[in-house]
Amino acid sequence: MVEIHSPEFKENSRKALKDKQLQRALQHVRGNFIDKRLKAIAELPEFEALRDNARDIKNHVLEHLDLYLEAYEKRVVAQGGHVHWAQDSIEARGLVLDICRKVNAKTVTKGKSMITEEIALNEFLEKNGITPIETDLGEYIIQLRGEHPSHIIAPAVHVTKDQVAEDFRQAHTHLPSDRPMEEPESLLLEARGILREKFIAADVGITGANFLVAETGTSVIVTNEGNGDLTQTLPKVHIVMASIEKIVPTLEDMSQILRVLARSATGQEMSVYTTLSTGPRRKTDVDGPEQYHVILLDNGRSNMLGTEFQDMLRCIRCGACMNHCPVYHSVGGHAYGWVYPGPMGAVLTPQLIGVDKGGHLPNASTFCGRCEQVCPMRIPLPKMMRNWREREYERHMMPSGQRRYLQLWAWMAKRPAIYRLATNIATTGMRILGTGRGRFRKFLMAGSWTADRDLPAPQGGTFVSQWKRQRPEQAR
Amino acid sequence: MSSKAEILASIRKAIKGRKSAAQRRKDVESRIAEHPAGVLPEGPRTLAQKTKKFAEKAKQAAASVDVVSAGDEALAISKWLRDHNLPQSIRQGTDTRLKKIKWPKRGGPEVKTGPSDGTDLVGLSHGFAGISESGTLVLASGSQNPTTINFLPENHIVVVDAKDIENDHEAVWQRLRRRYKNGKMPRTVNMITGPSRSGDIEQTLIMGAHGPVRLHIIVVKGATNAAQKSRRA
Repeated sequence: MVEIHSPEFKENSRKALKDKQLQRALQHVRGNFIDKRLKAIAELPEFEALRDNARDIKNHVLEHLDLYLEAYEKRVVAQGGHVHWAQDSIEARGLVLDICRKVNAKTVTKGKSMITEEIALNEFLEKNGITPIETDLGEYIIQLRGEHPSHIIAPAVHVTKDQVAEDFRQAHTHLPSDRPMEEPESLLLEARGILREKFIAADVGITGANFLVAETGTSVIVTNEGNGDLTQTLPKVHIVMASIEKIVPTLEDMSQILRVLARSATGQEMSVYTTLSTGPRRKTDVDGPEQYHVILLDNGRSNMLGTEFQDMLRCIRCGACMNHCPVYHSVGGHAYGWVYPGPMGAVLTPQLIGVDKGGHLPNASTFCGRCEQVCPMRIPLPKMMRNWREREYERHMMPSGQRRYLQLWAWMAKRPAIYRLATNIATTGMRILGTGRGRFRKFLMAGSWTADRDLPAPQGGTFVSQWKRQRPEQAR
Repeated sequence: MSSKAEILASIRKAIKGRKSAAQRRKDVESRIAEHPAGVLPEGPRTLAQKTKKFAEKAKQAAASVDVVSAGDEALAISKWLRDHNLPQSIRQGTDTRLKKIKWPKRGGPEVKTGPSDGTDLVGLSHGFAGISESGTLVLASGSQNPTTINFLPENHIVVVDAKDIENDHEAVWQRLRRRYKNGKMPRTVNMITGPSRSGDIEQTLIMGAHGPVRLHIIVVKGATNAAQKSRRA
């Protein structure tokens, strides 16, 4: 298991907010991703219709998931590939190790894959004497740093250029120490040179999958660097690690979702490389892997079917929800304490590691709703976070102080006259106290809230009193 | 119970009773057999417009594009190599379309055949199709066009016939089904949109990550596409 630090979300966040290096790195998320996505979708009038269809395709798949998985397996086997099924991470890791041992693998190259993070594959392979090498530039950087990804598509988004230069200087000691490393271009070139040798030497290549196509028995990866392709083309063995919900029925269905994927993720119309792999190399082929294995991993997904969290299985891991999340923008991905950060992580983590450990993450939301607005698969993320909060409340997992406040609030909310009186007094009081600056640096009983930000003073009356003033004919 | 049986049982338990087993099976079979296209972005109608849009989009994705007449491929390739200070030496597969390129008797580039081992500077491939919607090339693997040529050389040149340019992915998948038949696929189908890049250092886009630093596309006008020929026959 990747060590779980989700229960410490509050402390993690406090540290993240004070981490100047991290805050500087996070600036790149705040602007870049949002602007690029907007520009890309403005150029495709059919974008909203494609989102609807993408949602419908995945809903259809989930309703027929057993049958599509069987159809997919049949096609893979018919073309010379192997399909293995794993219920949990222990089983999945064991399957990888078996395959590696059969070919006496010493090094394994890896394309970017969040699911191998989920099952902590790297740590496991190392313990068993096999060296895993991450080949996506961002993944390579954080592997050198001994860290985990802080973003699902931009794993090293928390690292600055200077830190990368320092990491490379320490790791690549065979290169001249006075080489120029100020420009990101020279850093990329250095990584390209080093990893090229690793690609060629590796015995096994492991990739994830963005899609599994049932019609053809094909696994699909989407990358910009080409590292995934070298990973799966050069070694003798290609292992695809994929979770069961990655299935789409046909090539057409894949293309429908591809159109919303890249635009939502990086603002590209298409990622540079979309690669469809089917089975091992053919008799007439002159390159490609001799063995092709797919490991289908459940790891808690089938338990989400038929529950209020089923919609989460539509997720295509584009990262748009975290790119648009004010909480993610402030604290970054590591504060979430496990594999998946941001809104999608807040929904998925309690499901995958248990509500006792991950149940705090759904509280890390302002409920602004931007995540749902931008989700290409129209996943109702805020609603699902509310579901988790309810479960947390039902299980008495909330601190008792918070619980008492909520009970008091609920008691008042059910008594409108008292509620209005109390909010009117509070608003008027705060308006008078806040005259002048318009905000409070500190406020009674809200010390932890105001420690990191100011509390704005109310500018007008309560919502109800304003409503009455503006629409006297409708208010009764 | 095997893990497969456990996982399938868990899925079936969760979605039980929503539809009859026979109906579910039928729905899955017909979806795969009919492979409905879904929402297609509006695209150009004529061949000339398709070619123009394909070139525009590929350039937007940082590829370079040269539209030439049939028979002028050799000239265009040699010139591009010279313009980029590259040796007159290329690596290619046994592709029949590429074999038709008429190199000059003297002074043409050295042509090496077979997969790339990473020592080649320039790779040459024949594109199975192009997609005008996004300037994407579609390449099918095999001894004719080995996958290593698409990724290992720093420079990748792809020849694609204008008549093989389709508006959207979906039309290319139809073409692929006609070529490979019975749900079969080549080992690898590469959809390539521009040269390799990374944005992993401070979200600054840098060209030339692990794949080619340059992608040069030669669109050939006036060649007959194989699929159309076979349809006419």
